[in-house]
Amino acid sequence: MPVVPAQDRVNDFVVKIATVNGTGSASANTLLMKAIFRSGIPVMGKNYFPSNIQGLPTWYEIRVTKDGHVARSGRVDIMVAMNAETYGKDVREVATGGWLIYDSTWPRPALFTREDITVIGVPLAKLCNENFTGVRTRILMKNICYAGVLAALLDLDLARMRELLAETYAKKPQLVDSNMKAIQLGYDYAKAHFACPLPLHCAPMDKTAGHILIDGNTAAGLGAMYAGATVAAWYPITPSTSLMDAFKAFCDKWRVDPATGRKNFAFIQAEDELAAIGMVLGASWNGARSFTATSGPGISLMGEFFGLAYYAEVPAVIFDVQRVGPSTGMPTRTQQCDLLACAYASHGDTKHLCLYPANPEECFYFSVAAFDLAERLQTPVMVLLDLDIGMNDWMCRELKWDDAWQPDRGKVLPLEEIVKLEKFHRFLDKDDDGIPYRTLPGVHPKAAYFTRGSGHNQFGAYTEDSAEYQVVVDRLIRKFHTARTHMPRPVFEMAGARTDVAIVAAGSSDGAVREALAVLQGMGINVDYMRVRAFPFNDEVDKFLDSHRLVFVVEQNRDAQLRSLLTLETPVEKSRLRSLLHYSGLPISSSFIIEGVLAEVAPKPLRSVAPHGA
Amino acid sequence: MTFIPKPKVRHPSLPRNELGLTRRDYEGALSTLCAGCGHDSITAALTEAIWGLSLEPQNIAKLSGIGCSSKTTAYFVGGAHGFNSVHGRMPSIAMGANAANRNLSYIGVSGDGDTLSIGLGQFCHAIRRNLNMLYVIENNGVYGLTKGQFSASADMGTKAKKGDTNQQPPIDPVLLAMNLGASFVARSFSGDKEQLVPLIQAGLRHRGFALIDVLSPCVTFNDHEGSTKSYAYTREHYEPAVNADFVPFEREIKAEYAEGERLPVVLHDGSRILLRKIAPDYDPTDRVAASAYIQERLAEGEFLTGLLYIDEGQKEFHELNATPDGPLNGLSLPALSPGAKGLDKIMARYR
Repeated sequence: MPVVPAQDRVNDFVVKIATVNGTGSASANTLLMKAIFRSGIPVMGKNYFPSNIQGLPTWYEIRVTKDGHVARSGRVDIMVAMNAETYGKDVREVATGGWLIYDSTWPRPALFTREDITVIGVPLAKLCNENFTGVRTRILMKNICYAGVLAALLDLDLARMRELLAETYAKKPQLVDSNMKAIQLGYDYAKAHFACPLPLHCAPMDKTAGHILIDGNTAAGLGAMYAGATVAAWYPITPSTSLMDAFKAFCDKWRVDPATGRKNFAFIQAEDELAAIGMVLGASWNGARSFTATSGPGISLMGEFFGLAYYAEVPAVIFDVQRVGPSTGMPTRTQQCDLLACAYASHGDTKHLCLYPANPEECFYFSVAAFDLAERLQTPVMVLLDLDIGMNDWMCRELKWDDAWQPDRGKVLPLEEIVKLEKFHRFLDKDDDGIPYRTLPGVHPKAAYFTRGSGHNQFGAYTEDSAEYQVVVDRLIRKFHTARTHMPRPVFEMAGARTDVAIVAAGSSDGAVREALAVLQGMGINVDYMRVRAFPFNDEVDKFLDSHRLVFVVEQNRDAQLRSLLTLETPVEKSRLRSLLHYSGLPISSSFIIEGVLAEVAPKPLRSVAPHGA
Repeated sequence: MTFIPKPKVRHPSLPRNELGLTRRDYEGALSTLCAGCGHDSITAALTEAIWGLSLEPQNIAKLSGIGCSSKTTAYFVGGAHGFNSVHGRMPSIAMGANAANRNLSYIGVSGDGDTLSIGLGQFCHAIRRNLNMLYVIENNGVYGLTKGQFSASADMGTKAKKGDTNQQPPIDPVLLAMNLGASFVARSFSGDKEQLVPLIQAGLRHRGFALIDVLSPCVTFNDHEGSTKSYAYTREHYEPAVNADFVPFEREIKAEYAEGERLPVVLHDGSRILLRKIAPDYDPTDRVAASAYIQERLAEGEFLTGLLYIDEGQKEFHELNATPDGPLNGLSLPALSPGAKGLDKIMARYR
C-alpha cells in the first residue's frame, strides 16, 4: 500500500503491544480495543499468544480502521514494548515514522535504538511501584498503566474507560478504582511529558452502531444453543475450548429451570476426542441435537467414528477450530490446515459436508445451519473455524434471530407413520434424493433397526454381497450430490469492469482479500472474487472458475489444500489456479495478497508495499 | 447378522409376560456364532431376563463395539434399536444415547478385547460417570474373529490353541470396576443360566453402571486342555459367593424368603435383590473387604461369581448433571432457545 502521511491517518493505524503472558495485559488490551469501538471507530484486534500459562512473550495488535477493514494490514505504527525479551525484535518491526513506547524504569541497550522512529519512555514499573503494594498487583497495574499512556497519546476518553471497567468488574467495584488509578497514572505522565495526542490518534465516529465485538467461538457456541443442541461432549483442546465454555455459560444462564435447578442440556467432558465424538453420535442417533468442538489433533482421533457416522448415516456437528499443524504444531497460532483432513476424514470412501465461516457473525448462523444440515442429510457436518476467527474479537453486525425459525429435523418417521408401515427399511431411497428415512429408539418396535458400520443392504440388514453393498454406497454419493443444493452458496464480489483475473478464498482470509481487492482496484487492477462457504462445491463454483483465466487461490496453509479440493472436485484446469499461501501462523494480511497478485499481474509492481511481517 | 430369516412360528401355549408377549417376541436374528459358543447362552439369558421383566422392546437400546460378543446385540429383542459401533467405543455411544434419553434401558454387550484392550479407557470412564446401563462382558480370554490371539483377560500361564503360553498378567474387569467405584459388579458363567438371569434383571433395574463379567468359553479357539477359559476349567474353578434372586417391585409381596438367610437390597424402583450368601464371610456391600476376598480366591485360581458388590446410594450421571426427568431429546424449542428477545439481551455485552 502507498504510505500515507501520518497527519492523514487519524483513525487509521496499528498499535502493537508486546507483553509477557499471564501479566494481565489481556484485560488492558481488551479495554483499549473496546474503548475505541465505543467511540464509534471500527477496530480490529488480534492476540498472538504462546501455548503457555505464564512467562512467555505475547503480542496484541489493534488496528484502528475508519474504513472498517477486518484483517491485518501488515504494518505496525505504534509499538508498546513491555517485554525485555522481545524488545529488539519489537523495535525493528515499527514502520518508519512510527512510535515506540517502552518502560523506561530500566535503560534499554543503545543497540536497539532507531533514528527513523520516535521513542517514548514511560517509567511504568516505577510509577506502579510507588503507587501500589504487592508484587502481583504491581505487575498487573503496570500493564493497565500503559493503557492510560495510550489513552493520552491516542486521545481516548477516560470516562468511557471507566464505564467499561465498571461493566467488567460489576461484581468487584474496588477493582474499578484501582484500575482507574493505574490508567490515570499513565495518562497524567504522558500528558505532562509528551505532546498529546500523537498525529496518529482516534477521533470519535459513528460507524459502529448496530455492530458488536465478538469472537467466533462465542458466536458458534451461542448458535448451538439457538439451534437447540442438548448434548455437548468434548475434550479440552486449544483453540476450541472457549466454544464449549461459551455454550455452557449461555446454557447455565438460559437453560436452567429457575424453580427446580434442572438443566435442559447435558455437558460432558469426555476422556478423549474418540469418546467425545462417540457421545455425539450416540446422542444424535437417539434424537438429540449434539455436537463437539475440537482442533486438528482431535479431528485425526475422531477419524474412525466419522467413517461410521458417514456410512451408518448418523447426524453430527463438529466444530474444528483450526490451529497450526502438523502434529501438535503451534497450538496457539492460526492456519486453515484441516480442509483436506475434514473433507475426506476416515478410511474408505468418505466425504463430509464442511462449512467455512469467514467471521463470528457467520459462525453464529452457520452453527445453526450445521444442525439442520446434519439432520436433513443424516451425516456429520464439520464447521471449520480457525484460531483467528475463533479466539479474536471481530467487529461484526449484531446477531439477529427470527422467532419463526423451526429446526429442520430431516426425515424422521413419527409414530403415526410408523404404525402404518408394513415393515421399516432404514436405507431405502424413497424420494430419489439419496436421503433415506430414519427412526428413533423408544417409539415403536416396528421402527427398530440395527445401526452398523459393517456392510449393509438398503433394507438395513448385514451383507457381504457386492451388488447390495454398491447399492448403498452409490446412494450415499447421490446424497452427497443432493447436499450441494442445501449448502450455503458462495459469495461473489465482482470487479466493476470485466476481468479474467480472480481470487478464490474461504473462511478467515476473506477480510484480507476484500481489503486487497479495494487497494488493487485503486491501482487499476480489477479482480473478481469468490468466497466458497461450503464443501461440496455447487455449480456456481464450477462456472466462476471456468470464466477466469487466472485464479489466485488464497489460503492459510502450506500445501494449497483449498486448491487441491478445487482441482479434485471441479472440472477446472489445474494450471489456471495460482496459489497464494500464507502459513506463518499469524492471520493473513492484506499486503501479503496485494504483493502476491502484483507479482503476477503487473510486470513491474509498485514497491511501496509494506513488508508483511511474518 | 444372518442371511437366514428366522421362522415366526409360535405355539399358542407359550407363556406370556405382563405385556402379553412371549419369549419369542424378545428374540432377534439367528446367531451366526460357532455352535456351542458361550455367547449364545448369554443371549438366551438376556432374552429370558428381559422377557421376565416385561420391558417394552422399543424402550431398550442395545449397544456394542466390535467382535464376536458385539455381534450378539442383533440376536435378541429384534423390536429394539441396536447400535453396533466401532471397536472399544461402545461406552461413548451409550453415554451419548443415555444423555439424549434417560428413560430407555441401555444394554451394552462387549468382549474382553473390546473392553479390556482397545476400549479400556472408555470402559473406565463410563464407570466413573456411573452411567445408567447394563454392561455385559462376554469374556473368553481370546480374540476369536482374528483366530485365537490372547486377550488382556488371558490368565498367566494359560495356553493358546497353537501352543503359546501367556506370560502377561490379566486385567480383571471385576477388580478394576470395583477399584474405579462401580456401583454394581457381578461375575457369572455362560453355563449357569440360573445364576445369570436374575443378575441381568437386577443389573437392568439398578440405577447406575451395572457390570456383569460373564465367563464365556470360546469353543473354537479357547476350549482346549491347558486353557484357563475352557468349559471344563471354568466349571471346575468358578465359585459362587453370593447368588442373587431378583424380585420385581410388583411381585414383591408374593415373594417368600426366610430372613437371615437372604440379605435384601432395595433398588430405586422398589424392586429387591435377595442376596444368598454362599461364602459366609462375604459382604457384597463392603468394597474393600469384597475386593480383598475376590483377590484371595483369584490367587488360588478360583473365580468368585454372583453379585459381588452393590451400592444403591451412588448418584448416576443424570442425577449429577441435574437433567430433567424427561428425555432431553423430547424438549421443545421454547425450552431450549431464548428467542429474539433473549438474543437482544445477550448482545448488550458485546456492544
